[in-house]
Amino acid sequence: MILAEHLPALQVVVPLLTAPLVVLMRVRGMAWAAATASSAMAFAIAIALTNAVLHGDSVVYLMGSWPAPYGIELRVTTFSALLLLIVTGASTVTLVAGKNSIDAEIAHHRQPMFYAAWLLAVAGFVGIAVAGDAFNIFVFMEIASLAGYVLIAAGSNRRALPAVFKYLIMGTIGATFYLIGIGLIYMMTGTLNLADMEARIHEVGELRPILVAAGFITVGLALKGAVFPLHAWLPPSYTYAPHIVTAFLAACATKVALYVLLRFDFLVFQPNLAAHDLQFSLFLMPLAVLGILIASGVAIFQRDLKTLLAYSSVAQIGYILLGASLVSIAGLTAGMTHMFNHALAKVALFLAVACLGTRFAQLRLENISGAARQMPWTMAAFVLAGLSLIGVPGTAGFISKWILISAALQEGALGAALVAVILVGSLLAVVYIWRVIEIAYFGDPPESGQSAGEAPLWMLIVTWAAVLANVYFGVVPSLPLSLAGDAAASLLQHLP
Amino acid sequence: MSSEDLVLIAISLPLLGAVGIAISGQRYPNLRETLTLVTAVSLAVVVWALLPEVLAGERPSVRIAEMLPGIAIEFRVEPLGMLFAALASLLWIVNSIYSIGYMRANNERHQTRFYILFAVALSAVMGIAFAGNLLTLFIFYEILTLSTYPLVAHKGDRKTVVSARTYLGILLGTSIGLFLPAMIWTYQVAGTLNFVPGGILAGNLTGPAVGLLLALFVFGIGKAAVMPVHRWLPAAMVAPTPVSALLHAVAVVKAGVFTITKVVVYIFGVDFLIVEPSADWLLYAAAFTVIVASVVALRQKNLKRLLAYSTISQLSYVVMAVAILRPLSEIGAAIHIAAHGVGKITLFFAAGSIYTASKKTEIGQLRGIGRRMPWTMAAFTIGALSMIGVPPTAGFVSKWFILAGTFQSDNYIVMFTIIISTILNAAYFLPIIYFAWFRQEQDGAATTVDHGEAPFAVVMALTVTAALTLLFFPFNELVLDLASQLGGTTK
Repeated sequence: MILAEHLPALQVVVPLLTAPLVVLMRVRGMAWAAATASSAMAFAIAIALTNAVLHGDSVVYLMGSWPAPYGIELRVTTFSALLLLIVTGASTVTLVAGKNSIDAEIAHHRQPMFYAAWLLAVAGFVGIAVAGDAFNIFVFMEIASLAGYVLIAAGSNRRALPAVFKYLIMGTIGATFYLIGIGLIYMMTGTLNLADMEARIHEVGELRPILVAAGFITVGLALKGAVFPLHAWLPPSYTYAPHIVTAFLAACATKVALYVLLRFDFLVFQPNLAAHDLQFSLFLMPLAVLGILIASGVAIFQRDLKTLLAYSSVAQIGYILLGASLVSIAGLTAGMTHMFNHALAKVALFLAVACLGTRFAQLRLENISGAARQMPWTMAAFVLAGLSLIGVPGTAGFISKWILISAALQEGALGAALVAVILVGSLLAVVYIWRVIEIAYFGDPPESGQSAGEAPLWMLIVTWAAVLANVYFGVVPSLPLSLAGDAAASLLQHLP
Repeated sequence: MSSEDLVLIAISLPLLGAVGIAISGQRYPNLRETLTLVTAVSLAVVVWALLPEVLAGERPSVRIAEMLPGIAIEFRVEPLGMLFAALASLLWIVNSIYSIGYMRANNERHQTRFYILFAVALSAVMGIAFAGNLLTLFIFYEILTLSTYPLVAHKGDRKTVVSARTYLGILLGTSIGLFLPAMIWTYQVAGTLNFVPGGILAGNLTGPAVGLLLALFVFGIGKAAVMPVHRWLPAAMVAPTPVSALLHAVAVVKAGVFTITKVVVYIFGVDFLIVEPSADWLLYAAAFTVIVASVVALRQKNLKRLLAYSTISQLSYVVMAVAILRPLSEIGAAIHIAAHGVGKITLFFAAGSIYTASKKTEIGQLRGIGRRMPWTMAAFTIGALSMIGVPPTAGFVSKWFILAGTFQSDNYIVMFTIIISTILNAAYFLPIIYFAWFRQEQDGAATTVDHGEAPFAVVMALTVTAALTLLFFPFNELVLDLASQLGGTTK
């Protein structure tokens, strides 16, 4: 079938081209419907592509049929398929759920622009996932980031502006570092195609610029990926963004940066730089450990529900990196699976938060005291999604914990220490999630007596669908496991 | 209907009941409670229908889904699980009758939530009892913790919520922090988590690592309340008494010792542990808990807390019996799970009955109460005698086997522990009984309320369990048959 051949391109083109169209839709609800439809189509394409890569090798698409090092190459591997599923799935689910929430937070006349920015963000993220060359990754990253800034600042909360300014500065520094890194590599090899790059670095005599490039790229992407301690932009941005935007970005924004980071480090640098795996491990493992422990600890003391979950995200990035920094197939599989499972848990959690947000003007913990009495279904969803975040068996989070601990145990004495870190992190997660649950279930409702009530039915249904997805992938985790396992094997093909 | 279907029905039936209870809800309390009873009775019928086959040596098993490579969610009915499920499902009927009387008489709030969670907890118990491998067991173990947490926090006031936090913190913390890594470690060395008679670890692990892994399991299975992970059990006493009775004297705590027994018998394997000196500590840890918990019980002023410490002590009897690693003591452990269950639920029923009738909770208030509540105190007496191990009660049977196992192993420390703890048990139970029957109520005390027996449903329930405690003595054949099949050992 002719259309099927173009799926990698369509994956990007569909959201990218519908974005300007959405701007023109001024009729109430039209912009939302169009954006949702476009996102759903992207999701369908992602599923089709996943199906293709699961049944064969990676799908390669040459733009305009120009051959690889010269033309633009799109390449869908199992790893990118995993990312595509996360990005388009999160976007679709949050858009489907979020109409009421978005209507409440964003003025009607600004909505077409908002949805356009949303689709651009989606296009950027999927673009990064399918792009086969470093410069297109950069371009898509900028598209996604700029659209992301707009999304975060789109709400009526003016505190979002300083938050997004912080993000803008940090994000730009990250992008610049990345660009410097690519520039150095381009200077030495004359190519931007990742696969070609890997081959050409072999021919380079002087490796020092490549080493410097590796440093710039790793740090720049770590900044974009909110790796501890470069996470400072993340909590305020997630806190003050419109709820639905938080749900969407929490699922995929940082993971896309980590995706690029892993691809560069394992595919381009690993085969060429001596002992790069060791350096990678030594650099990122301490950061991952500190991130898990400190960010989880900080989350316990947050008074704002969204900030609390944002710090939890920083900690969860630590788990992903911890898996990757083991530089073993089991470890990478665990890290990548956790990308998927964490996205599931966080989308469900932030959707539950958005449900709360439709009834409570502020989401500090004292505001939602006793909320479970008025919103039993919302809070029940929060509890189940929280259990998935903690890693209770029967939920997706448990699978991540299981394979991550298994991977760590293969590392001997160091592994035992890492297991302790993972477990302490999980216990800290119990504490911060349970703080919310205790207040919502056993706290007294505030005096003001907001006549709340349950969230809109449709939001609840979608939120619960996300929650049940956590349970489903906790019992039948074969999809993320096989994608991640295959992706890990292909990233490590250059290592003995 | 095949026995495989029965296993699945046993696990899903309480959940179905929970849905029905939720729908009938606060609006039709009579329907809600009828549904609870119907569910309890049908569960018992289903579980007991499995019994003949298991006795005949069948091991019905069902595989649900492969969760992780090589580990499926799987159920497999073996004698010990059968015994546990049969006990829990039988006592749930009695407990439901008791609950109805207790909850109504005390005008408790959130009764619908109470019955729903109770049913969910029972479903989890069935899952634990029938689990075919450690992972399946772990899933239901956690569901049991999570579903009983709101029952402990039932009252919702500050003190209750803090106690419930201790409860959840210890049970969830130990299970994630110790049980989970122990399980993953086991999987890494053995390549499977299935419960296999004779164990799966023999030949895969040696030296001090065995003792360490055993420690991770024993303290990770916090529900068994081996000291120092016992604090959650006294904390759980803030729950309404039916919860303390069925869950914290039978279902939850027995799930703990049951899991430890399964781990010792089917994961490590008795023959493997016998030759592994690094695993010896378990015996002493359990003996320590038996004695210390009894001493602490002596000092309690609150009746339910006393019963809680008594439970901690009795649970470690089971652990100790398992750790003796002799066929007769393994049988004793299995019997003690059942024997202590019927005895302790009677004691809790009595405590709740006293509270319902008189609002008395402290031991010092119980002078002369036997005259006002003869049925309750008679049941209490029977329960207490069973705890001490006096014939003709259930407790005597299990102690007999544990002691017999001790003689097989020539372990005098254990024998000594049993003697001391028997004396201690008598020391804290007999005065209560004496004061209740043979002393006059204090005259003119402001707290004196003119009361009689508790509501009929409550009295009936505790009479039934007291009768079971007595009947267990002559009619223990069924339990003995099941127990002797444990791990292929014979009488």
